[in-house]
Amino acid sequence: MTSMAPAGDFRSSYRADTTIFPTRGSRYAMFTGVLILCAAPLVFGRYELGLLITIGFSAIAALGLNILVGFTGQISIGHAAFFGFGAFSSALLVEHHIPVPLAIWGAGLMTALVGLVFGAPAARLKGLYLAIATLAAQFILEDFFARARWFSGGVAGRVTEPYELFGLRFDREETYFYIVLAHVVVMFVAAANLMRTRDGRALVAVRDHYLSAEMMGINLAYYRTLSFGIAAFYAGVAGALYAHYLLFVSVEAFNILYSIQFLAMVIIGGLGSILGSMMGAAFMVLLPEIVQAGADLLSGGAIDRALRLGASISFLREMAIGAAIILFLIFEPDGLAHRWKMIRAYWKLYPFSH
Amino acid sequence: MAEPPILEADRVSLRFGGVRALTDVSFAVGQGEIFSIIGPNGAGKTSMVNCVSGRYRPTEGRVLFAGQDITRTATSRRAALGIGRTFQNLALFGHMTVLDNIMVGRHHLLRSGFVRGMAYWLGGAQREELEHRREVEEIIDFLEIQHVRKAIAGTLSYGLRKRVELARAVALRPRLILLDEPMAGMNLEEKEDMARYIVDLNEEWGMTVLMIEHDMGVVMDISHRVMVLDFGKRIAEGAPEEVLANPHVKRAYLGEADEVARDEGEPVPA
Repeated sequence: MTSMAPAGDFRSSYRADTTIFPTRGSRYAMFTGVLILCAAPLVFGRYELGLLITIGFSAIAALGLNILVGFTGQISIGHAAFFGFGAFSSALLVEHHIPVPLAIWGAGLMTALVGLVFGAPAARLKGLYLAIATLAAQFILEDFFARARWFSGGVAGRVTEPYELFGLRFDREETYFYIVLAHVVVMFVAAANLMRTRDGRALVAVRDHYLSAEMMGINLAYYRTLSFGIAAFYAGVAGALYAHYLLFVSVEAFNILYSIQFLAMVIIGGLGSILGSMMGAAFMVLLPEIVQAGADLLSGGAIDRALRLGASISFLREMAIGAAIILFLIFEPDGLAHRWKMIRAYWKLYPFSH
Repeated sequence: MAEPPILEADRVSLRFGGVRALTDVSFAVGQGEIFSIIGPNGAGKTSMVNCVSGRYRPTEGRVLFAGQDITRTATSRRAALGIGRTFQNLALFGHMTVLDNIMVGRHHLLRSGFVRGMAYWLGGAQREELEHRREVEEIIDFLEIQHVRKAIAGTLSYGLRKRVELARAVALRPRLILLDEPMAGMNLEEKEDMARYIVDLNEEWGMTVLMIEHDMGVVMDISHRVMVLDFGKRIAEGAPEEVLANPHVKRAYLGEADEVARDEGEPVPA
């Protein structure tokens, strides 16, 4: 019931009481965290930086999906299609001589429009029916990518340009990392701001009790559709960042399995948690790596010889992901963000946790 | 009542298939009144309030608010007109804090959409939030829920949740507030508090109150006028004491005098 504000932290203005981070400590911790990340290219190799970049754009897409699923209480199993639409849109815009930094945001806007179109059924459908409607979005868009050669380059895919700003080229992991980091910061701050203002509250109100939300003057159809638009905008920006990282976009990447991975990120990270979207993305990107590392460690050893793991390591990876999702649903349905909160609360009160 | 009535129901009927929930109900609520609707369970009280709030659309008849026909106005547009309500079964946003719940009540008064909201510091959203926070704090003070303002609404006790729901409806700045059983499930002390809040809202905040309530003590004490519904029909309307004395009302709802007396364990007068 009471908040966990530390002793002596008295807010003397409403401004001090409406900050994104509840305490000064948590704010500085976040600033320090971002600063430490800025030093990552000095420490890590290209492979590890590639992972961080992947976590970055996945987190943006996951955050968009979390706004839709976690905060507004709707469902989408077509998120990867929007992600793909953003990737192709950005490549298309660049081909029309729009500089990459603008093309990324332009792709976000284009995807948002498509999201609004496919989100329109949400004004009337809920739950499983909406899930099926978004499944249709996934298939329609995938088919569109495969056929609309002018848009996606057809099955051959589309090559695009690296990020360029003020004559500087960000075409290596060491430099592109900063671009992704900057976008992540902007998108996460924007989401945090959204959730503490009018329209963000309206989205949550629609989720928690739509009848009384309507009585409060909230137009249900508008906010249900808007939520799809915002989610698609995030997916579009994330997809564009992906496109200018790989410099090649091809239709196979954006299948339904990828959509389900985004859902897994959101569920594992924590539905309705902004930080959780980041944690879930990191978890889903790093899990296969950790399993791979474990398998490498074992390979050639006695266990490997006894179980003949060598050939089945790729199965292990998939199974580990499946097992992680199931275990999370059972033991931590509120996600990593909730677990993180519990750990912090534990240390704050240590050793008097009861 | 020199002014036109703030709310007028004109021969409102509501049917669900063959079930007649309301039949030709007409009444008017004057500016500044506390108007109560009473009646047995299933009499159509909540249906009547739902017709005013927009949850149901009357099958026949009209609902007028401040002289304007709102029978077909979308539910979400009625908040801006000045109609707020609380629900019979709690309808808070369970995962939000109390403060956010009440801020949702300001929805129609806030102007910053999602773009300005995301830019928070740049487009004036912050200034607006802080201005409205000040007013919301006034409501929090009035309803004495300061100690739970940061609590998650779903974790509060029943009585407090009822109060937060009232706070949220008040935050709309309604001219007419619809209260569906505000005292249901409360103990005596909580009922007294709630009755005082309702009277204060009416007298100090100038809100017209349309209330459904089963607690006859409260209804008789604070209402200016009372309407009685039975089987979807209006069977009486007037000052509390007149309604109380009405033989139809006794038969339908209150019970005959001797029955009441027997229930209370008093000797039946010969």
